Amino acid sequence: MNQEPSSSLGAIARLIQELNKLPGIGLKSAQRLAYHILRAPEEQPELLADAILSVKKETRLCSVCFNVTEADPCRICCNDRRDRTQVCIVEQPQDILALEHTGIYDGLYHVLHGAISPTEGIGANDIRITELLNRLQNGSVSEVILATNTNLEGEHTALYLKKVILPLGIRVTRLARGLPFGTELEYADDVTLTRAIEGRQEL
Amino acid sequence: MSKPRNYQIEAIIIKKIKLGEADRILTFYTPNLGKIQGVAKGVRRPRSKMAGHLELLTHSTVSLARGRNLDTVTGSQTIDSFLPLKSDLELTAYALYAIELINQFTADSVENHPLFQLLLETMHHLCRGSNSEVVLRSFELHLLELVGYRPQLGRCISCRLPLQPVTSYFSPTAGGILCPGCSNSQSSARRISVNAIKVFRWLQGSDLNAAEKLKIDQELSRELEGIMRGYLRYLLEREVKSTAWLDMLKG
Repeated sequence: MNQEPSSSLGAIARLIQELNKLPGIGLKSAQRLAYHILRAPEEQPELLADAILSVKKETRLCSVCFNVTEADPCRICCNDRRDRTQVCIVEQPQDILALEHTGIYDGLYHVLHGAISPTEGIGANDIRITELLNRLQNGSVSEVILATNTNLEGEHTALYLKKVILPLGIRVTRLARGLPFGTELEYADDVTLTRAIEGRQEL
Repeated sequence: MSKPRNYQIEAIIIKKIKLGEADRILTFYTPNLGKIQGVAKGVRRPRSKMAGHLELLTHSTVSLARGRNLDTVTGSQTIDSFLPLKSDLELTAYALYAIELINQFTADSVENHPLFQLLLETMHHLCRGSNSEVVLRSFELHLLELVGYRPQLGRCISCRLPLQPVTSYFSPTAGGILCPGCSNSQSSARRISVNAIKVFRWLQGSDLNAAEKLKIDQELSRELEGIMRGYLRYLLEREVKSTAWLDMLKG
């Protein structure tokens, strides 16, 4: 890669260098994108540049659920038609997008912005658990749905949340863990299969 | 003779780091190759066939293909997922602490079969969930012995005289116990009770099965933990990260 300071590079090289910094974009992809932008009609790069700038300028975290939002509180927290007795706990804002896409859940959310990972030095105070507990104090929530990832850190976080939320007299549930749709049974690991058998349901 | 391109190992997964969009660099502790690393491609995607077999704290058979820098994981099969341990908050925290110590005290590719065996047995004992604090102390003492830092608990490390049954001093810098007479020369030494010395000695000479049955009161348990923690911190020249979490869970 060219190590010159970006200001001394040509416009194309600068664009390639910046695109190259994005996750999953290698040098070749960056070149392809740069030349695509170069050939695109005038308004397209303007829209892109504007969208990129406003995502940084106009978004913040919702003061209630800590989702990324433009208005505070966010649209979900403000929506009166949503069920205010359920709060679904997720690790990342992207998880909300995935859950909202299903259209099946109409409760509220809470974003932790991470998971407990003791060996990396990330404890309960490093993610938004205190904020969650404060939020649960007012008594309007009757069920907390733990939707943290099903890896070790996510499970560990879920176990910890169960321990601190149950004393508040709130029902704590966990998303079902079992076989993903469209996969083959023979490749499933023991933990997944054990949980799938334990969590089997009447057809 | 050149090494074969593909090889298979038995391993406990002791560390994972995210790499790129969907990959991970995993650290394996193995019986015959010691600590090694490998890249597992695509394991962060939901449909990865390998992900569940390559989670932290899993005992697996792993197939690897040699690469230029890091070897690539081509397949894996769980031997034991230590599920009882993963379903319990405290036990998971203990186990994470154990693998952090293994990772800190070992260098890459140095075979230490007894250490692997110790880690495996510790995981099995933690799964049973009884007397885990003492099991952890026993694990630490045996780990230190296997990596060459066995604390000297029989004689005073300064004057070499047998220790009398009185409160003495544990010196991390000297790696053992000082009698009250010799303790003045070492400022970093901390008090150790007669009972704590006895328990440490006994644990040093016993296996995990015996340790699991040893009942000690809370005060003594805290003393042992404090002394051990000081020694480990001195040897590693830093805090063991997961201890902060253990303390938080104990409240």
